[in-house]
Amino acid sequence: MHRLYLVPTLLINVVIIFIPALLTVALAFFRWDGITTPVFIGLQNFQALWNDRVFWTALTNNLIWTGIFLTIPIFMGLLAATLLLIAKRGSMFFQVIYFLPMIIATAILARVWQGMIFSPVSGVNGMLQRMGFPTVDPLTQPSTALLGIATVDLWHWWGFLCVIFFAALRQVPQEQIEFARLEGVSFWKTMRYVLIPAIWPTITLMMIMTVIWSFLVFDFVYILTQGGPAFSSEVLSTLAYRSAFYDLAVGKAAAVAVVISLFGLVATAFYIRAQAKEFHQ
Amino acid sequence: MKHEVKLVENRTTLILTYAVLSIALVITLFPIALLVLNSLKPAAQIVQNPLAWPETFRWDNFSRAWEDARFSQTMLNSVILTATTIVLVCTTSSLTAYVLARRKIESWKIVTFYLLGTTTAPIQLFLFPLYFGFAKLGLINNPFAVALIYTAIFSPFAVMLLRTYFLAIPRELEEAAQIDGANHWQVFTKVMLPIVSPGILTVALIIGLYSWNEFLIATTFLQGSDNMTAIVSFFLLSGQYTSDWGEIMAAALIIVLPVVVLFVLLQRRFIEGMAGGSVKG
Repeated sequence: MHRLYLVPTLLINVVIIFIPALLTVALAFFRWDGITTPVFIGLQNFQALWNDRVFWTALTNNLIWTGIFLTIPIFMGLLAATLLLIAKRGSMFFQVIYFLPMIIATAILARVWQGMIFSPVSGVNGMLQRMGFPTVDPLTQPSTALLGIATVDLWHWWGFLCVIFFAALRQVPQEQIEFARLEGVSFWKTMRYVLIPAIWPTITLMMIMTVIWSFLVFDFVYILTQGGPAFSSEVLSTLAYRSAFYDLAVGKAAAVAVVISLFGLVATAFYIRAQAKEFHQ
Repeated sequence: MKHEVKLVENRTTLILTYAVLSIALVITLFPIALLVLNSLKPAAQIVQNPLAWPETFRWDNFSRAWEDARFSQTMLNSVILTATTIVLVCTTSSLTAYVLARRKIESWKIVTFYLLGTTTAPIQLFLFPLYFGFAKLGLINNPFAVALIYTAIFSPFAVMLLRTYFLAIPRELEEAAQIDGANHWQVFTKVMLPIVSPGILTVALIIGLYSWNEFLIATTFLQGSDNMTAIVSFFLLSGQYTSDWGEIMAAALIIVLPVVVLFVLLQRRFIEGMAGGSVKG
C-alpha cells in the first residue's frame, strides 16, 4: 500500500523531468525548429558545436566560473565563519545579514547592480567617472563582462557558504578545541589542524555543489549581459536557451544541454556518493 | 552548541575580527541600501548621485511602479502560483518522505538516489521538449502547469528535508498506533503528519520563497501579460518600459519587502531549511 504514497511525486517528476530529459538526449541527434518534423542528422549537432567559436567561449567561461567559485567564495565563507566563531557575540546577527542576499530574487539583484552600481549613467560607477576616476562599466567590456557578472553572483552567494560553514564549525567537539588551546596552539594552527579537518566533509560537499551549480548558472548572465558583448560572457546555459528560443535550433540546444549534463553527471556521482554515507547510518 | 572555551583571549584580535566582519556587513548591505534609498528619489537625482539622501521623497514612485508593472494583476498571479506550488509540494513530498524515511518499500534506495540525482539535473536538460510539448497541449500561460514544473523541480529538495523530520520520530509511536488498530493511512495522517508539521512549515516557507523569486521557468512559460508573475513583470519594466530608476527600484522594493519581513520574522527556519536541505541532503 505504501507504494501508492510515492505515485504523486514520481509521476510529476517523471512527466516533467525524466521523459523530457530522455527526449532532449534524443533531440541532440536531430535537426528541429520546434514545429516541423525533426530530421535525424546523427552527430552533426555535436560537430557543429565543435567548430563553433561561441560554444568554446561558453565552455571556457563555465570553467572559469567554476574556478572562481571553487576558491573565492569558499575562502570568504570559511574566513567569515571562523571570525564568527571568534566573535561569538552578535554572530547570529552577522549571519542573518550575510544570508540576506540569498532570499532576494536574482532578477532584482541583477537590476540593482546593473542600474545602481555598474551603470555609467545612474550608478555609483557613473558618479565616480564624473568625479574623474577612470572606471568603466565592466558589463560593456568583453574582457571584464564575465567577471562583472561573477562579482554579483559572488556577493549574493558567499554568505550562504558562511552560514553553512559556521553551522558545521559549531558542531566540532569542544574538547578538541579546548585541548588545542591548553597546549598553547595558536588560533590559526587550531584552524588548520583541528577545525578545517573536522568540517572537511562539509567543505567537500559544497565544492561538489559548486561544480554542479557552476554549469547551471543562467539568471545573472541572461539578465545582465545576455551573454554579450560579442558573446564574451556567454555560458552553456544561455547558449542553449538562445539557440532553442531565439534561433529555433532546438537540436543544437539539446546538444548543448547534453554537454552541460555530462559535466553535471560527474559531479552528481560524487554528490550521491557523499550523500550515500548518510543513508547507511 | 555553545563554546565555553575562549578561542582567542587577545583584545586586538577581537577588534580586528569585528572590523572584518563589519566590512563584510557593509559590503553585503550596500547594494540593498541603494535599492531602498533610490526607490524614494526622483530619477534626475539618482543620475546626479545615487548615494545622496533624497532631496524630495517621491512616494509616487511606488504608485507608478504599481501601475506600470501591473502589480494588481501580476502580484495576484505570483500569489496563486506560489500557493499552488506550496500545496502541491507539501502534500506530495510528505507522502514520499515518510515512505523513504521509514523504508516502507524495498526499492526505497533506488527512489532516494533517483530523487537526489534530479536535484542536480540542469533545467536545460528537460526545458526544451517540455516547452514545445506544453505548447502543443496549449499549456503555455497556464499557471497550474507551471506549478507542476516547480513541484517537479523543488520536491526532491522537500523530500530530503522532510525525510530528516520523519527519521526523528521514534518508531514506538507508530507501532503503538498500529496496535491500537489504526490503518496505514491513519498512522500517517493522524500520528506522523502532526509531528512533522514544523518541518512542513519550513518546507512551505522555502518552496514559497523559491517560487516567488523564480525567473527562468516563469519567463519562459508565462509570457502573456495577464499571466506573468511579478518578477517577470519587473524584469520587463526595468528592461524595456522605463529608464526611471526610481520607479524601477520602487517596483523591486514592492516585491522584496514581503520576503524580507518574513525572513526577519522567521530567520531561523529559513536558514536552517535552506542550509540544512543542501548539506544534509
